[in-house]
Amino acid sequence: MDILLQQLINGVTLGSVYALVALGYTMVYGIIGLINFAHGELVMVGALTALSVIAALLRLGLGLPPAAMMLIALLAALPVCMLLAYAMERVAYRPLRRAPRLAPLITAIGVSIVLQNVAMLVWGRSYFSFPPILSVTNYDVAGATITDLQILIVLLSAALMAGLLLIVHRTRLGLAMRATAENLGVAALMGVDANRIIVAAFLLGSALAAVAGLMVSAYYGIAHYYMGFLLGLKAFTAAVLGGIGNIGGAMLGGLLLGVIESLGAGYIGDLTGGFLGSNYQDVFAFMVLVVVLTIRPSGLLGERVSERA
Amino acid sequence: MAAVRVGSILILACAIAGLAACGDDKKAAGAKGGATVTIGIAAPLTGPQSHIGKDLENAVRLAAEDANAAKVVVGGKPVHFEVQAEDDQADPKMAPVVAQKLADARVAAVVGHFNSGTTIPASRIYNDAGIPQISPSATNPKYTEQGFKTAFRVVANDNQQGKVVGEYIARELKSKALAIIDDRTAYGQGVADVVERSAKAAGANVVAREFTTDRSTDFKAILTKIKGTRPDVIFFGGIDTQAGPMLQQMRGLGIEAQFVGADGIQSTELFKLGGNAVEGTLASFPGLPLERMPQGASFGERYRKKWNQDVVLYAPQGYDAFNVFVEAMKRAGSTDPAKFLPEVAKTDYNGITGPIRFDEKGDLKDGPITIFKAVGGKWQALATIGGPSQGQGAKAAEKN
Repeated sequence: MDILLQQLINGVTLGSVYALVALGYTMVYGIIGLINFAHGELVMVGALTALSVIAALLRLGLGLPPAAMMLIALLAALPVCMLLAYAMERVAYRPLRRAPRLAPLITAIGVSIVLQNVAMLVWGRSYFSFPPILSVTNYDVAGATITDLQILIVLLSAALMAGLLLIVHRTRLGLAMRATAENLGVAALMGVDANRIIVAAFLLGSALAAVAGLMVSAYYGIAHYYMGFLLGLKAFTAAVLGGIGNIGGAMLGGLLLGVIESLGAGYIGDLTGGFLGSNYQDVFAFMVLVVVLTIRPSGLLGERVSERA
Repeated sequence: MAAVRVGSILILACAIAGLAACGDDKKAAGAKGGATVTIGIAAPLTGPQSHIGKDLENAVRLAAEDANAAKVVVGGKPVHFEVQAEDDQADPKMAPVVAQKLADARVAAVVGHFNSGTTIPASRIYNDAGIPQISPSATNPKYTEQGFKTAFRVVANDNQQGKVVGEYIARELKSKALAIIDDRTAYGQGVADVVERSAKAAGANVVAREFTTDRSTDFKAILTKIKGTRPDVIFFGGIDTQAGPMLQQMRGLGIEAQFVGADGIQSTELFKLGGNAVEGTLASFPGLPLERMPQGASFGERYRKKWNQDVVLYAPQGYDAFNVFVEAMKRAGSTDPAKFLPEVAKTDYNGITGPIRFDEKGDLKDGPITIFKAVGGKWQALATIGGPSQGQGAKAAEKN
């Protein structure tokens, strides 16, 4: 029974990260109907930037406490990611605002490939290990172990998600975002600057991506130019699972996917009688997506897409 | 319209011709009046295992430099050595592509590849092209069981290495609950299977067998499952790039078991990848510890001076592989692979790693296996089993 608890703890931690990244996908899709396949790469850039900053700080030998270094790394990664997201929107997606849906989709894939290769040129192809600045303490909880990093990830993600919900439901910006998501044309008639709102969605999503990138590289201790691909794909899966365009759906989908993946990887051997091993852990997540979409195509909480007049 | 058509076709043709012309210009940088011989090195130069591949490339380049400085004479003519390094990305699908490239470049010999998973498919290409190949590190037995006259290795293979590790786990560590993880590559799966067999035969109890891939970074799920079986020893068949995070995640989950690996994790890079969690880890290596190799210490020094870093894992073996080729060329009096290939099989050479002789399959004769322990950020040799002084199969463990 304590394994189940442990798998759940791992799953919730992983799921929190998925949720943060899924929010980026869902916000953009909700407003302009674009699946930003390059969003995973924003996470990767955030992770590698943070890693480089921490490595540079260590080389300078300032003797800063780990928390301070992480904070500085985060403050460095945030503007980089947000700038990159803004550039993506202006250069790659805005010109295609009126184009048929397929064009921005393919562009997004193209942007993703470009970012991966740029990262490869800037940071190289080898895997970078997260500098051992974090001393991880284990806490024993009813037979399972939870580390302070896991607690931090879950709490920070929850706080960020709460913050996002606050912005979306209690501020004018959020009101404008919801209006634009419902009907871009009518919102514009009401005096909402659609371009500004779309940029805001990209910036918010990329800010969350930067945090997620730092968390992932700290949690797994490793970062590399290709890490955004699978993570992005799974986060997109999580967003669809919860209902694309639905912010609550992205959060639920992320958490659920993380838990399903952890439990699946743990029990897949037993379930298939040894036919499939735990190296099929990634497959499990996507299989669940297929099943859910077959039974409930709009996702668990229902999708929220703008009504095109 | 027609003019535009013809014009664009002409431009296209010129472009293609231009591209074809700037192919590989293998002009001999030329020793005066002598021959230039190119030796290929194929290893993962980019990607997660690039530190190990680069280490091999460094070793081969150092060997070429030394050979050129020594003004080697083959068949009465001075020979200048060049190195052609190719990146196989540790990918079994890239390996034949890289091998074909080296074969087409008509290299005289190949030091490569690093992984068993890449060495085995590539060996077919080298065999077809008649190019002698020495792997400095591939330990999967299948490599030499294919019957290729061109396939050799200068390390012991996994039948020996896995057996030593499995027996060590059962007899020395007295494991009552052994969990095994492998990365499903030819190497990882191969060595894990042998370890499982030998450990079981020696009386250990295997409680879990889990799998991952050679690109994964998340092992929490399988480690949690293993935690439930309460193992006292966990063996991992795979590379240091995975082992580092795996160890960190293990300790993060509160798993106190003894971590054991094979040569794939026994690199100096593991300490950077796994941090404090690496302390106390055991790993085997199909060779002697650097300081006990006949010329290990001096090689380590020269390597450090030239490349500004310590030997990572298989550099000494790469160096020796190169020199086995040079010696074979000298004995055959020719740099033509068809002529010096038979001499490679008859090698009786004292390299920096020790005496090198091949058996009829191309395996190293009397290859020793060393068990290392990670102590204070460095690998410490605990025991060496086998080796030429004790003879094949003798298990006299020389404790340091």
